[in-house]
Amino acid sequence: MTSIILLSIFGIVNLFLGFMKSKKALLPIVLVFLLVVLGATVYDWGLNQSFFQNMLTVDNFTVGFTAVMVLSTIFILPFSRRYVVNEEPNLAEYYTLMMFSLVGGIMMVGYENLLMLFLGIEIMSIPMYVLAGSDKRNILSNEAAMKYFLMGSFFTGIILFGMALIYGATGHFDLVDIANVANTLDPNMVPLLLMGILLILIGITFKIGAAPFHFWTPDVYEGTPTLFTGYMSTVVKTAGIAAFYKLMNVAFPAVYDEWFPTVVAITVLTLLVGNIGAVAQTSMKRMLAYSSISHAGYLLMALAAFNDRSENAILFYSLAYSVATIAAFGVLKYVADERGSDDYSAFNGLGKTNPLLAFVMTVSMLSLAGIPLTGGFFGKLFLFSAALEKDMLWLIVVAILMSAVGIYYYFRVIIAMYMKEPAGERVAVDSFATFTLIALVFLTVIMGVVPGLFSNLL
Amino acid sequence: MLTAFLILWPALAALLVLLVKGQGAKKVAFAAALVELVAGIWAWVNFDPNQTSPQFLLHLPWVESAGIAFKVGMDGISLLMVLLTVFLMPLIILASFKNDYEKPSSFFALILFMQTGLIGVFTSLDAFLFYFFWEVALIPIYFIAALWGGANRIKVTFKFFIYTVFGSLFMLAAFVYLYFQTPGTHSSEEVAFYQLVLDSGTQSWLFWFLFIAFAIKMPVFPFHTWQPDTYAEAPAAGTMLLSGIMLKMGVYGVLRWLLPVVPLGVSQWADVALVLSIIGIIYGAIIAIRQQDMKRLVAFSSISHVGLIAAGLFTLNEQGLQGVMIQMLSHGVNVVGLFFIIDIIQRRTGTREIAALGGITQNAPFLTVCFMVLLLGAVALPLTNGFVGEFLLLMGVFRYEAWMGAVAGITIILGAVYMLRMFQRVMFGEKNEITQGFTDLTFTEKAVLVPLVVMVFWIGLAPNTFLKLSEPAVLNLLEVIKR
Repeated sequence: MTSIILLSIFGIVNLFLGFMKSKKALLPIVLVFLLVVLGATVYDWGLNQSFFQNMLTVDNFTVGFTAVMVLSTIFILPFSRRYVVNEEPNLAEYYTLMMFSLVGGIMMVGYENLLMLFLGIEIMSIPMYVLAGSDKRNILSNEAAMKYFLMGSFFTGIILFGMALIYGATGHFDLVDIANVANTLDPNMVPLLLMGILLILIGITFKIGAAPFHFWTPDVYEGTPTLFTGYMSTVVKTAGIAAFYKLMNVAFPAVYDEWFPTVVAITVLTLLVGNIGAVAQTSMKRMLAYSSISHAGYLLMALAAFNDRSENAILFYSLAYSVATIAAFGVLKYVADERGSDDYSAFNGLGKTNPLLAFVMTVSMLSLAGIPLTGGFFGKLFLFSAALEKDMLWLIVVAILMSAVGIYYYFRVIIAMYMKEPAGERVAVDSFATFTLIALVFLTVIMGVVPGLFSNLL
Repeated sequence: MLTAFLILWPALAALLVLLVKGQGAKKVAFAAALVELVAGIWAWVNFDPNQTSPQFLLHLPWVESAGIAFKVGMDGISLLMVLLTVFLMPLIILASFKNDYEKPSSFFALILFMQTGLIGVFTSLDAFLFYFFWEVALIPIYFIAALWGGANRIKVTFKFFIYTVFGSLFMLAAFVYLYFQTPGTHSSEEVAFYQLVLDSGTQSWLFWFLFIAFAIKMPVFPFHTWQPDTYAEAPAAGTMLLSGIMLKMGVYGVLRWLLPVVPLGVSQWADVALVLSIIGIIYGAIIAIRQQDMKRLVAFSSISHVGLIAAGLFTLNEQGLQGVMIQMLSHGVNVVGLFFIIDIIQRRTGTREIAALGGITQNAPFLTVCFMVLLLGAVALPLTNGFVGEFLLLMGVFRYEAWMGAVAGITIILGAVYMLRMFQRVMFGEKNEITQGFTDLTFTEKAVLVPLVVMVFWIGLAPNTFLKLSEPAVLNLLEVIKR
């Protein structure tokens, strides 16, 4: 709760800071704000308190996922140095929008009531629609914002419709109350309830970019300025999957058998679409978009397994995935800005011109591919464990096949960086971003060597 | 602690090597590998061969929530593999002294880093730890082959990488499944897996999940298609690492994680595995006869020899398994030596084409002798290392099924055909333009080949030095399988 309050206050303060003549101080200030928020979040560890007539709770689940989201944002911001240097006029607004979006994200993991979930989704999404279109002179960015906004609103509507049906069937918005009623539901009401669940499921599937409602992802990712794409593919996804898990875990465990086939079908479809789609891409940014679809699929595996391992597996994987993805987007941003292209070929010979950038990219690709010594490996191991405890061997086989496909496109980047002739001069990277990239690699390796630090928090 | 040192030292040394600029890197790497060799010999001296349980044990909690422990130790089987690794590693580094690789510090750091992975694989007593090191060993060799290899390297090593990772993911799935079958709070330790009682249907598919991973690594027919290209394209050191040590990971995996864990699965599929192995023996040999490129010839001969080792694995008798152990050492020694000689010839003449060479003997008597000894070891002449291994292996296969032994035995004849033909055409005959100025071995090259030649005779004349190390462990393994 403290984190929501702090973020809201800081966001407003930040807007006023935007009136300052020089934008140089903005980035450090925002980082300090966010570090304070992170501290306040972690301070709540072990607390179990509910707010607003039990609309919102702060427990370890909320704290864990909030920490992942805030940390992700902290890691993303240093890559906005170029905006600072170029005296981007709307810089304060960008930062503020991200903070407000984070508030929505936190509400999505802390909600106890469907209304709060809806508010969270909207508060998180609206700033993202704006940020997607923030590169006003770029037609792709305009298109991305338009697409994201129209689709997003449409699917929020579907979620709302689903909530209405659930209310109609159970008479409650509160998750615990819904669960209680769902246990002993009048058989006539069951179709209504299931329809409601299905609609919410469709809406959230859209938000986390899972198939078959993933089609916006590549276009929106491509058009959105890279900085915000990084945010979109990590924070938004983390919030979405956590909200999804909580919804099913608290409100609908009783009807697991009913929603399981749908979730499993979505999982398999997402794994297939994400991985196979990524193979065909020539743009690194679009590849990362498809890769983020595929990772939604891996995360959904744990939801489909739905057992005592799922929660920790999702948290660990979210962190490992976010860290690696931010590093990848960070490097991509610098390379694409400098070389004027986000194709694989822009990465050619990066190992020669920028050994450090290439190394960071290599580690994050290895992590996304799930190779040991990186957090991604244990992330996959924990997800597989959750699924296998449920005896879903066939699902693991699909995931394995798709992981092998994943190696194909992740390694294309490594090949381009180390085995091709340089595509240009050395890419200039400021020390702030360099430091962040090193920290991201460090965290990835720590998660790969001592995963115990993060694997059993919840 | 000794095991932990053996695992961690090369990784630390690798970091150190990375800091060394220029050609000094190779000297530091060589020194580090020698320290590792001394540690390995120290383990050998202090090893009690009569004890079947793992020695130099280190058991630390690692990922407690998932029941994964950092448990490492050595029994006779591990020790032999560790000895092979620590013995070959300095030689492989020394063998690369003459090649002017770009960025030597990265090159030698990757080799040392790979040693960490290899030793880790051979000493892990926890399934997930084993998998962890299994993949750790793969990354350096991928970069070694893809960065310093031949013209076609990118495509070839890519195929190799995807192939092996694909296989190992199945192993991972099998391990996770087995982990959930262990009672109580679950454990992925070797002993816990050995005590599992699984029905034969489950073991049947588990066999394939594990077998595919190991078969790709060895490689067993028909999972071998990555191998000849990768061997041919990788730099000399990479080929030596792959053939001399890395493929033993697959064999070792079968010994440690397939045979004792799913014995019923093995009994169901042993015939199939044996037939595949024997097809590999004949197939590899026949293709080797047709090769024009020396490196490809030895690569295909390796498929043939490894096929025999794989066949030995599934005989499940003492002769077969002891043959596997001794032949792993012999094959490592021979193949590393042969690839090094091919590298020497290529460096001096600029070609590996058999037809383009000839008459090298006249200028290089020392090389000729070393080449001959290693070659005779490879074709299993009595008194050489290959003889002991192939004899035991064939005996094992023969005891399992007489006709299989008879067919597998053809390998010796075919081996002699392609090896001796290559030797004759490359070394004898008239000198030509490119072999005109061929010089004999330098001191460094002798320093690599002489220890290998000594090993050929050591294993050939006194195989018991090594056989007695692995015997208790092998007998123990057979007991676990037959429980």
